[in-house]
Amino acid sequence: MARPTRAPAAVRDADVLVLGGGPAGTWAAIAAARVGAQAVLADKGYCGTSGATAAGGNNLWYVPPDANAREESIRRFERIGGMLTERTWMARTLELTWVQVGQLSRWGYPFPTDAHGNVRRSSLQGPEYMRLMRRQVKRAGVTILDQSPALELLADADGVVSGAGGVHRQRADAPWAVRAGAVVLATGGCAFLSGALGCNPDTGDGHLMAAELGAEMSGMEFSAAYGMAPAFGSQTKGRMYQFARYYRADHSPLDPPSGPAGRSAACRTALEGPVYARLELAPPEIHEAMRWAQPNFFLPFDKAGIDPFTDLFEIRFVCEGTVRGTGGIAVNGDGCETTVPGLYAAGDAATRELVTGSRSGGGSHNGAWAMSSGTLAGRAAALFARRRVAGPGDLHPAGRAGVIGAGAMPPGEVIGNVQAEVLPPAKNMFRAADVLRRSAARLEQVWTDQVPQLGGDRGRQRAREAAALAAHARWMYAAALSREESRGMHQRDDCSATDPAQTRRLRVSGLKTVLVVPETGS
Amino acid sequence: MIEIISAAACIDCGKCVEICPTNVFDAVPGGHPVIARQADCQTCFMCEAYCPVDALFVAPCSSPAPPGTVFTDEARLAADGRFGEYRRWIGWGSGRRPGSLRDRNAELTELADPYLEGNPLA
Repeated sequence: MARPTRAPAAVRDADVLVLGGGPAGTWAAIAAARVGAQAVLADKGYCGTSGATAAGGNNLWYVPPDANAREESIRRFERIGGMLTERTWMARTLELTWVQVGQLSRWGYPFPTDAHGNVRRSSLQGPEYMRLMRRQVKRAGVTILDQSPALELLADADGVVSGAGGVHRQRADAPWAVRAGAVVLATGGCAFLSGALGCNPDTGDGHLMAAELGAEMSGMEFSAAYGMAPAFGSQTKGRMYQFARYYRADHSPLDPPSGPAGRSAACRTALEGPVYARLELAPPEIHEAMRWAQPNFFLPFDKAGIDPFTDLFEIRFVCEGTVRGTGGIAVNGDGCETTVPGLYAAGDAATRELVTGSRSGGGSHNGAWAMSSGTLAGRAAALFARRRVAGPGDLHPAGRAGVIGAGAMPPGEVIGNVQAEVLPPAKNMFRAADVLRRSAARLEQVWTDQVPQLGGDRGRQRAREAAALAAHARWMYAAALSREESRGMHQRDDCSATDPAQTRRLRVSGLKTVLVVPETGS
Repeated sequence: MIEIISAAACIDCGKCVEICPTNVFDAVPGGHPVIARQADCQTCFMCEAYCPVDALFVAPCSSPAPPGTVFTDEARLAADGRFGEYRRWIGWGSGRRPGSLRDRNAELTELADPYLEGNPLA
């Protein structure tokens, strides 16, 4: 395949380029600027509204600096994370989250005060948090490129990452390029365009860019996260369902009707037919508190004329892939270095296994991880850029799948084929070797027959996204087949027990052929 | 999904075009923005939050509203106070208090704690 000749890109120079403007990207850009780096942040959408956090919010993993309290929390999450976490990373994340939440407070985030006069800082409302972060990014002197999806990384002759190129999608896909001393990928996880709340910008673009230069992934089998939403809508916010009872279409309650086991029963029952919920376990005196906690959970119900406390409403399960799952680009060092020189990963683009293991990080651990990994990655990238002796010489664009093809294949067809294998709970939530193998074979076909034909000059972002979804799905199922046990969110119906011998993380790599290797020393 | 840009209310500021995370709107020189790619709307309500004059209505459904439903009836929605609803909840706009000051998640977290143990997805 020949690289199509296109208009030359408008080139900028920076010390650090951050791709993605959610929490991890904004913290990274600010951290880089703090140590004197000139930073550019490019977001596919708009820094301030893009991604899962802005649309949702975070209930942070947030523990005061009390040695016993932190030790207790770490122990607890080690256990429910399937013992795949890393203590040093957990402690570091708790500390940095504490520090950065203090920073948010000094920047003026309007934290609430409870009935006892205590300021409560563990929860961040998405729109407020990300609007503030955008302001601080600008105040730090960072240049923001909005509506500017990155398509590929640039590398120097030694393979050191030295920038990225993309398009301005509101300017007829005019190309842009930033030459930089280091790049931070904060492009989010991958929810396969499932429509989960705020997750459609998260198509795993960063993972594909990283893999093209040889980066490894970790935890990709922990990608079976599904959010519950009212059947009519997109509000995949799970918290309020702690107050739910679940029912079949004939209004008979599920067994058990509520709690975590009730949720599992609801997932299973939904494979057969409609499932309904009602938040009837919430005592009336806390209804008001619930509304103010998550106004955008209730907003769609209000608009639809449904009272979720008294009316039954149908629910559906929406794939959240590696957004609420934990898999992502493996980090190899304390500064979130990937296995590729000059390339750093933060937030949901990186693996969160280190802090949340096999369990979903939801908004809590993922939110804390975004703050801390973003901060660490931004700083480390800035220091790396400063140490690079010569400025980058000739750079080569590393993008392949979805970038250099002729464009005969409509992206929508590839996206649909990938979605058919990863969105249905019958394939991805309740896993079994035979079903996984069939899906993996189909995905292999998509990758070898269809993805190479993606590309062309029209809709370049969508073509790249389609390729990224296909790559992501292949890594997921390769890892899922390799973990022959059940652990955390990875539930195998054909091997439902947890096998102590498999208490180790799995590294996945490769595009042409996918390789799964147990991590040494984990 | 986004259903309505109220021609009566819109001031052509372009904010919705600028901030939409999935690039649903197109600016129109000398006119109101248009909903150019409704299928890309992810029903995140961010445009409702950012519109300074409450000119937008995002229906609660993740697919386009069938014709004839209330979700495309601008007069009825306006009469019911359905424009700018998310912006009111989060307390944006002059004279409003940020909704985050009334955030009660911390208390709900304490209630939710036992729920977490048996639920890998909580």
